[in-house]
Amino acid sequence: MKRVLVLAMIAAVVTAACGAAAPTGGASASPAQVKLNDGKLVIGVINDQSLVYADLSGKNAVEAVKMAVEDFKAKYGENALGGPVEVITADHQNKPDLASSKAQEFYERNNADIILDVPTSSAALAIAKVANDQKKLYINITAATTDLTGANCNKYTFHYAYDTFMLAAGTGKWVTENLGKQWYIIYPNYAFGQDMEKSFRGAVTKFGGTVIQSDGSPFPNTSGDFSQLLVKAGQLKPQILGVMQAGGDLVNVVKQYNQFKLGDQGIKLAIGLLFDTDITAVGQDQMAGVVYTTPWVWSMDDQSKQFADKFLKRTGIRPTFAHAGNYSAAWQYMEAIRRAGTDDADAVVKQLEGYKFSDFFIRNGNIRAEDHWVMHDALLAQVKPSSEAKEKFDYSKVLGTIPAETASRPLADAGCKK
Amino acid sequence: MDLAYVFIQLFNGLVNGAFYALLSLGLAIIFGVLRIVNFAHGAVYMLGAFGAYLLLQQWSVGFWPALVLAPVGVALLAIVVERLFLRRLYGLDPLYGFLLTFGLTLFLQDAMRLRFGIQGQPYPTPEELAASVSLGPVSYPVYRLFVIVFSLIVCAVTWYVIERTRLGMVVRAATERGELTRALGIDVDRWVTGVFAIGIALAALAGVLAAPMRNVAPLMGSELIILTFAVVVIGGLGSIVGAVAAGFLIGVLASLGAVFNPAFENVIVFALMAVVLLVRPAGLFGSREAS
Repeated sequence: MKRVLVLAMIAAVVTAACGAAAPTGGASASPAQVKLNDGKLVIGVINDQSLVYADLSGKNAVEAVKMAVEDFKAKYGENALGGPVEVITADHQNKPDLASSKAQEFYERNNADIILDVPTSSAALAIAKVANDQKKLYINITAATTDLTGANCNKYTFHYAYDTFMLAAGTGKWVTENLGKQWYIIYPNYAFGQDMEKSFRGAVTKFGGTVIQSDGSPFPNTSGDFSQLLVKAGQLKPQILGVMQAGGDLVNVVKQYNQFKLGDQGIKLAIGLLFDTDITAVGQDQMAGVVYTTPWVWSMDDQSKQFADKFLKRTGIRPTFAHAGNYSAAWQYMEAIRRAGTDDADAVVKQLEGYKFSDFFIRNGNIRAEDHWVMHDALLAQVKPSSEAKEKFDYSKVLGTIPAETASRPLADAGCKK
Repeated sequence: MDLAYVFIQLFNGLVNGAFYALLSLGLAIIFGVLRIVNFAHGAVYMLGAFGAYLLLQQWSVGFWPALVLAPVGVALLAIVVERLFLRRLYGLDPLYGFLLTFGLTLFLQDAMRLRFGIQGQPYPTPEELAASVSLGPVSYPVYRLFVIVFSLIVCAVTWYVIERTRLGMVVRAATERGELTRALGIDVDRWVTGVFAIGIALAALAGVLAAPMRNVAPLMGSELIILTFAVVVIGGLGSIVGAVAAGFLIGVLASLGAVFNPAFENVIVFALMAVVLLVRPAGLFGSREAS
């Protein structure tokens, strides 16, 4: 009797262990036990934790990555990756030099296996270079520049959530076809803004519109005043005012656009990059009707809502797409380690390249091997008036999907030479 | 078309100038009497804007009462700070006052960030002023005209108080010859707290005026303060008329410069500051003694 009981217990333990290790998706068969190079996995999150992007990614993006690690262990067992997983983080204050030295420190001294997030295009490009030098992984989520998968692409850098091409392909096309063909574009005069201007100009022209003129605004804009460009817009009388500013600058532009009543003069607003946090700052009703492109909206479907509920419980806010993107990227990275059976960077890169997947954040995902752009569907969304909102953070409704092919820059244009 | 554009830019310049004038006026008064370069002036401007936001959110108090309540509230806070901290630094090297107010700035900004996040809170334009009026060929927001007129009135009242009242006499005397004023038996210290509160209230007032047209966020004053210092240097350190005149002057010049190239807006201020420092080190309206 006793022996049977012991045998039953052993059987139970074995099945439990197997169950935990059994893959629930992906093409590979049950992966062998993962062997970590230095006995543990270290995930570094470098982003802005004190300045303009601190709300839309920041500390809560770190929480998202920690959530992914916990959920991953809950799904595959405590020893899913063959050792402990550590999440470390640093504030780069949007400075490329600081970002670069933090990345160096993470890879070299803290043995980080990967760096995630990194808003601010110039800082992101700086870290891509360090990743390549160190031969360690880097998945960018919150920076927008297409150079990460273009002129500055490399073997160890991936671009995950969105880029300026995606934003232009969505918003530029829809607005030109539905709202008006004559554009006046204003952009902040630095890497991100110039890249946005180029991408939107390309999209607008491609879909039969014209850019009458485009003007750069000083960055940072010390006076917070954009009246000069708005008055100019009133004089030029375009059908569309394309605003490429981000964060606080964007809020100032929209507030002053409303004040000058350009909407009443038939000049419609098109916004390049819009986060939920921007809608909070301007006011939902002041923003209502604006159409924009985004990789993800938290209220779009049940599995996204599920994540958003969990996130709300943990952080007190609804996730932006940057938060969700960090969770998803961390998850897919850990999945790739399990497929590779090691955290060796070259082996993981091999597993990521050409991998096709979908999760709550990425739909119809395909990690393009040639330039490491993560192709996936984007969404066309519209800010709804607060009267239609079900709760305080229920800002947007989804108008339609932009298929991955359309939302991704054609390989031929990328100019990536790894 | 171009002339109308320049004409409108003149008004935009006056609006920006109104903010510079209110801020640098407060800065000049405080420096004049307390000999303290109030680095926290930008944070005070931010507090004013948040004051208006909180009044509206928490107690549904609108723009007009906020125009009075927010500056008064912030000024009361300033009195506490003056009594508890600043008071201990009079007579010491000005560097100490600078350090203290710099620390206060960091504290205030981070406290607001902890509570409200970094990105900003909404504030509507008051309905009475939401319309536009026709200024020749273009329509112009009434609210902006209001900002120009209102701040001109505030500056004029401040000027009157300083030029025509007993308080003003003491302020002027203390600004120009602090030691001598004391030697004549005037109790300068008695007025110090009040003067500090007025200077702070002016900055908070600018913050309330900014709320409907600027992003109400914890760091909204951190960049503006640099410009304001430049304005004070151009106008003449401690010169009250200079602060106001330089404020409007810079606002207009920067906006007109932006007609040629948007980047001029930032450059012009510092270019002018460099020239003034070379040619008239005491500032356009400054006297050598005050600096």
